[in-house]
Amino acid sequence: MQPWLHAYAALGVDAKSLILPRRGSSIPARLYLLAPSDALVLYNLLTQVTPTLNTMETLLQQIVNGLVVGSVYALVALGYTMVYGILGLINFAHGDVLMVGALVALQVAAYLQNTWPGLGTTAILLISLGAAVPVCMLMGYTIERAAYRRLRNAPRLAPLITAIGMSFLLQTLAMIIWGRAYHSFPPLFPTAPLQPIEGVFITPVQVTILVASAVLMVALVLLVNKTSLGRAMRATAENHRVASLMGVDTNKIISTTFIIGSGLAAVAGVMISSNYGVAHYSMGFMPGLKAFTAAVLGGIGNLGGAMVGGIVLGLVESIGAGYIEQLSFGLLNSSYQDIFAFVILGIVLIFRPTGLLGERVSDRA
Amino acid sequence: MSIVLLEAKNISKRFGGIQALSDVSLTIRKGEVYGLIGPNGAGKTTFFNVLTGAYTPDQGEFVFAGTELPTGKPHLVVERGIARTFQNIRLFREMTALENVMAGHHIRTDSSLFGILLQNRHTREEERLITERAYELLRYVGIERFADTLSRNLSYGDQRRLEIARALATEPQLLALDEPAAGMNATETAQLRDLIETIRHDGVTVLLIEHDVKLVMGLCDRVAVLDFGKKIAEDVPAVVQKNQAVIEAYLGGGHHAH
Amino acid sequence: MNELAQAIPYFGSRNPRVARGIVLALMLLAPLLAGMIGNTWIRVLDAALLYVMLALGLNLVVGFAGLLDLGYIAFYAVGAYTWGFLASPHMGVHLPFWIVLPAGAGLAAMAGILLGFPVLRLRGDYLAIVTLGFGEIVRIFMGNLNVTNGPQGINMLDSLNIFGWDVSRNIQITESFQINALTSFYYVFLLFVVGSVIVMRRLQISRIGRGWAAIRDDELAAKAIGINTRNMKLLAFAMGATFGGVSGGLFGSFQGFVSPESFTLLESIAVLTMVVFGGMGNLGGVIVGAVALSLLPEVLRYIALPIQQAIFGKVLLDPEVLRMLLLSLAMIFMMLIRPAGLLPANARYSREELVKGLKEKQA
Repeated sequence: MQPWLHAYAALGVDAKSLILPRRGSSIPARLYLLAPSDALVLYNLLTQVTPTLNTMETLLQQIVNGLVVGSVYALVALGYTMVYGILGLINFAHGDVLMVGALVALQVAAYLQNTWPGLGTTAILLISLGAAVPVCMLMGYTIERAAYRRLRNAPRLAPLITAIGMSFLLQTLAMIIWGRAYHSFPPLFPTAPLQPIEGVFITPVQVTILVASAVLMVALVLLVNKTSLGRAMRATAENHRVASLMGVDTNKIISTTFIIGSGLAAVAGVMISSNYGVAHYSMGFMPGLKAFTAAVLGGIGNLGGAMVGGIVLGLVESIGAGYIEQLSFGLLNSSYQDIFAFVILGIVLIFRPTGLLGERVSDRA
Repeated sequence: MSIVLLEAKNISKRFGGIQALSDVSLTIRKGEVYGLIGPNGAGKTTFFNVLTGAYTPDQGEFVFAGTELPTGKPHLVVERGIARTFQNIRLFREMTALENVMAGHHIRTDSSLFGILLQNRHTREEERLITERAYELLRYVGIERFADTLSRNLSYGDQRRLEIARALATEPQLLALDEPAAGMNATETAQLRDLIETIRHDGVTVLLIEHDVKLVMGLCDRVAVLDFGKKIAEDVPAVVQKNQAVIEAYLGGGHHAH
Repeated sequence: MNELAQAIPYFGSRNPRVARGIVLALMLLAPLLAGMIGNTWIRVLDAALLYVMLALGLNLVVGFAGLLDLGYIAFYAVGAYTWGFLASPHMGVHLPFWIVLPAGAGLAAMAGILLGFPVLRLRGDYLAIVTLGFGEIVRIFMGNLNVTNGPQGINMLDSLNIFGWDVSRNIQITESFQINALTSFYYVFLLFVVGSVIVMRRLQISRIGRGWAAIRDDELAAKAIGINTRNMKLLAFAMGATFGGVSGGLFGSFQGFVSPESFTLLESIAVLTMVVFGGMGNLGGVIVGAVALSLLPEVLRYIALPIQQAIFGKVLLDPEVLRMLLLSLAMIFMMLIRPAGLLPANARYSREELVKGLKEKQA
């Protein structure tokens, strides 16, 4: 299996339809969406990197891919789980915040590369992150402030429907600003993959993703468990009214939660698009859905659960996609990869709705 | 007065570390008003929930009208003839008072999907009948003038009455009322008391959870007292009132008096 | 017919008879009026009626029973693909509509039960996500399986042929006057819509409708009056899906081809928006919502594109973007400003005339 195919599948992009000619057509279906040079690069990547691997190495490769994808899911899942813990709301728009983060970063990076060609890639990465994160934070804050806050006491379906509307609004606005094209994300990392074990590849981007998400997760756990802000967040999650009686400004805490979650989503967006090299107006949807699955899998409302759930989902998906053909006796292939998340979500909700680690009622944030 | 309607045998229920009910046995006779009292957290509502199938007991069984009750299947319990109300009123907000009661007739009606789609004679007849019966029940509890009012717009006392009417629509042999007098003023409580008397008079056995000791003592034929999930007394009110364990449960042991 | 008129309480409140007349006339004359502007507009009306049927079906699940289903379009797809399998050269089978439509409806109902079983116990928001996943799974399968011909879908579907009358043929009445095929489709669809409304109203005012409303308003209390919530929810899923299946079949016959592109999440959301926009639980509201939100994008397309051309010299917002913008804004603002919808539900679950009779007897 080619890791790249999974990569695109994880993005919600059917890599085959992107590259391979459709039946009955001599032109690759969507290639024109990319600049010709990028298309060529992509095409080469997809056709030439076909390492012949033995089974053990295949498995290890899938594990590496799974960990990388999983840690991104985990980062996004944290946003879902924090909001759910405090408001009991599935923030459908969270995945689309990720998309905005990726596209803003892409825009800034492209601008920098054009304006100061001498600027180092690390500097470009940091500056574009520095632009994307605050933009997303502001957006998360605005969404909560303008829409969700007014619906806190509304009938139960109202906030959910608003959140769905918000998700589509963000996608539409992104479509208006950036169009429908798959934009190629500038390569800000060295592209030569490392080979820690013979036959198992990991790119520098992937290493960075693993390290960065670990750091961010530890930081978040410390924030929630060791600071007074974290205590206020936990108190609010426990009971809004009591928390506000105890002098916690719950509105402020809820805003803060949205801001932190959106910031993490922005970082995740940049990670995803630098890993796969593309960004797109609807790229947030699938990772968002999967991250939500991860949050439920781990036990929604539970920070540790979101992380565990993300990693587990990433691994299951990646390993499952590698073996789906054998598992289904050749009936299914890796284009069905996306159904893993839904099937897992269904199974968890039916048999263990509290998730792997359980909904920690007393200690959620 | 001596036919046993409901027999609870050694009912136990545990939630995590809390033994909500331990080994509770009691017997309710046909035609009586049976009171279940006890301090907050004594397990009264848990008993209700186990009885009506909302929870499954860890141990024990209920024998109702001679046969064992199914556990954990609320709709089957209702079908057998046990109806309940809730401590914090639960009505169907978007339906009128009349429609709430009509919904209560659900298990005593049998129009099929196709009957409804074709509007056959049986369906039309049944619809007419339950509209009438529901209206009758509203009159029975004294709120027929609000038949067309959305249930959420009714006053608190009327909502309580409506909930009782809806429960009666299921044609129960045993009506289980969870703190029906909670939040009522003296006049409303007196009216409620009359209503319960009437219901009993019309042949429905009543199981009453109540905090209002005066109401319980005045209304009930027999009373059981729960404390920390255990039954500590069961007798006629006059005897229970003098029971040392009961007095202690209410006054001592760090409980609040009621 | 009377039931349909009753379902339009908004118009009926002032001067019911006149209002009913206007609505009826509009319904019957719409395609002729639209035809004066252009055949495209008749097509738009046809599509609007399909949306009305879909919205009515989804309303049964969301508005009546309170189960938020985000994968509703999957049942539409089942119906459409059933038409594709049973009435096209794809399999070489050409069955008549009175077999294919019920088959599509039945398969959709089965899919509804299949989805319903595992998700019965889930709370509202989890239910939404799982149904969304279900819709996506169905779409992924249809887009990848060989038997569905993958992303290309199935072409050359048989047209609707009602006992010898091929609806897709223009009817030449005189030399100069003909009834357009699109107009024929309109009236066929209108019949189906009227039938749906009658079915919906009968369901609503019945022990089943009250059972659904009870579950929607308070599931615990519904159980406490003996409603078998599991069966009732399954029934809601199955019935809702049936409507989806029938509309899907009609869609297939109307469009002549089916492909996964027609059954994306956006379509599920669009139908949900129509239900929400018009007023959940209220048949009249749902119809108004569906008509409004399927016509508006087309009107906008008609108006906004030339305006953009004139002002900016190019098209900044293409019709699809306009539609998404409209739908998402409709959803958000409706929830914020008027959560009960354009025509808030004053849905009744009892027969007015019976209740009135009782009160008069009383007085």
